[in-house]
Formats: sequence, structure tokens, C-alpha cells
Amino acid sequence: MWSWVAHRVTGVLIFFFLFCHVLDTALVRVDPDAYNRVIDTYKNPIVNLMEVGLVGAVLFHAFNGLRVVLIDFWKSGPRYQRQLLWAVLAVWFVLMAGFIYPMTEHTWGVLFGSEG
Amino acid sequence: MDITLKIRRFDPENDTEPHWEAYGVTVLPTDRVLDALHKVKWEVDGSLTFRRSCAHGVCGSDAMRINGRNRLACKTLIKDVNPDKPITVEAIKGLPLQKDLVVDMEPFFDAYRDVMPFLITRGNEPTRERLQSSKDRERFDDTTKCILCAACTTSCPVYWVDGQYFGPAAIVNAHRFIFDSRDEGAQQRLEILNEREGVWRCRTTFNCTEACPRGIEITKAIQEVKRALLTRAV
Repeated sequence: MWSWVAHRVTGVLIFFFLFCHVLDTALVRVDPDAYNRVIDTYKNPIVNLMEVGLVGAVLFHAFNGLRVVLIDFWKSGPRYQRQLLWAVLAVWFVLMAGFIYPMTEHTWGVLFGSEG
Repeated sequence: MDITLKIRRFDPENDTEPHWEAYGVTVLPTDRVLDALHKVKWEVDGSLTFRRSCAHGVCGSDAMRINGRNRLACKTLIKDVNPDKPITVEAIKGLPLQKDLVVDMEPFFDAYRDVMPFLITRGNEPTRERLQSSKDRERFDDTTKCILCAACTTSCPVYWVDGQYFGPAAIVNAHRFIFDSRDEGAQQRLEILNEREGVWRCRTTFNCTEACPRGIEITKAIQEVKRALLTRAV
């Protein structure tokens, strides 16, 4: 049941991201300077943390979505749903481990390094 | 050993809301939760109300929520539900609560009746029995095991929402006839399950499969009905 709950939660989070994303990107057609100012407000550690969360949500939603497709259309999918969930979590963990440093490298510099 | 049973009590004549009550009883680790409930009813508080008939996992009367999971009280051993802590026992969720651990099962049986859980045939009766190969019998063997205890349907979060969904148990019993080579009512039943509150409301949370005291692969059966609706082949 918790994979189902997490799928809904990540889906709603991704929806809100897309909602904001469409709005801020649409701004470039209204006023490019305003667009730049809005994008500048994103350059801080808190938004960076939200980006990490977004990548985590998208990766889970994507791979669990494939798991749901397998449960729907692969004959043995329902029987191996638990193993499929572990596979989803394993792939999620490996990809997140790879993503997390390149994504947050700049933030570490701002927080603890000389760049700030 | 001494254990504590926390039972969610509700007396419709005096209570407005259900409330938890704790009972201390002495049982063996190999006793069942049903034995502990009997001890409470017979030795501590005779007003405790619950259903049980055969008490051996066949009739399906005593499905209840034990430590947050739907199980049969007569098949659950005390030693398997962490007796060091209080064991919580409450009525199954999603059906109208009548008293203590007893719920109104009518909505559940309405959904069961709606899928026509009986053999439908046309034409002349054969003079002898309707023959079936063991391979054809094997096709729906898993779903013949259902004892209609409602542990699956009342563990389903979709069913909890408004109780309109047919629920896993009804679909399991439709599956039992849809894939029976002797039955000719498959298309009728598939049409019923193709409705708004039919199989498509299943979101594959697998709660039903985990709750089933008979070990039926319920979600698998529901998915087979979905695929039969897509391909129109049974």
C-alpha cells in the first residue's frame, strides 16, 4: 500500500512543480528581464534542496510507473510485485547516489566554501 | 502468559463513538486470538460481541482487524502478533459498525450477488455431469478458495472511500466463474465489472492479497479480469 501512497504523493508534487514551471517559463514571453529576476531568486540552497526532492520524486514516479505497467500487463507481474518494488527502490537509490553530488556541488561551495 | 487485549468497543444503545478498552487475560502462546476473545467474553465481560461459527478458518465469520491488519481471529496465534505489547482488535473497516466487532455485511453480499456467483449455461442439460479437463479446472482453482470473510474487501483503500467499489471479494468470485470452461455467463459478468465501480477502480495496492487468510492471489485475479476485458478473451 505504501508504494501506492508514495506514487500519489510524488505525482501531486510533480504536478505542482510543472504548474510553477509553466508559469515561470511563460514569463519569458511577457518580459525577459522579469524572467531573469525570477530565475535568480531560485539560486539558493533551499531551492537546490527542492530540486533534489524533485529528482527523487520524478525517479520514483517513473520507475514505480513502469512497475505498475508490469503489474497490469505482465502475466507474472502481480506475483512479483514486491520484488519489483525492491528493484524500483534499488534503481532509485543508485541513481540518487549518482545524482546527488553533481546536483548539490554548487550549494556546498556556497554554504561552506569560498564561493559565497 | 499474561497478555493485554485492546478491543475497540461500541454499544449502539449507549455510545455515540467507539472507544478502546483493555482486558488482561492469561493464555498460551499457541492459543489463537479467538481463544483470548472467548476468555474475555466468557470470564470477564459477557457483553463483548463478535461473530464466529466454525472457529477453524473455514466459515469466514471472524475476520477482524488485529494489530492493524485484517485476519481471521481463529487462524491467528497469539505468539505471532507480538504479545509483549497490547494486541489491538477492532472491527473490519469500510462496512457499517453495528456492535463491538460486528459489522453489517449486507453491502458486501450485495456486491457478491451482483456478479452472479453461480453457473450460467444455455441449451439442454447434459444427462451426465458437465465434464472439465484438469487443466481447465486449474485455470480458476485459486479463486475457488474464497470463504467470503471480507478481509480483502475491507482492507482495500478504494473500498474505504465510499463503499461503492465492487471490492476484491466480488471480483474473485466473478473470476471463479468467468474462467470456468463450463460457464457461459462470462461476457455478462465482464460487462458488470466493466462499469464505473468495477475492476478499473482497482489501483493494485495489494492490500487484499496480503489480507486474504486463504492465500488467494487476489490482485492477480483482478488483473486477469482487467486483461480479459481488454482482449475479450477468457
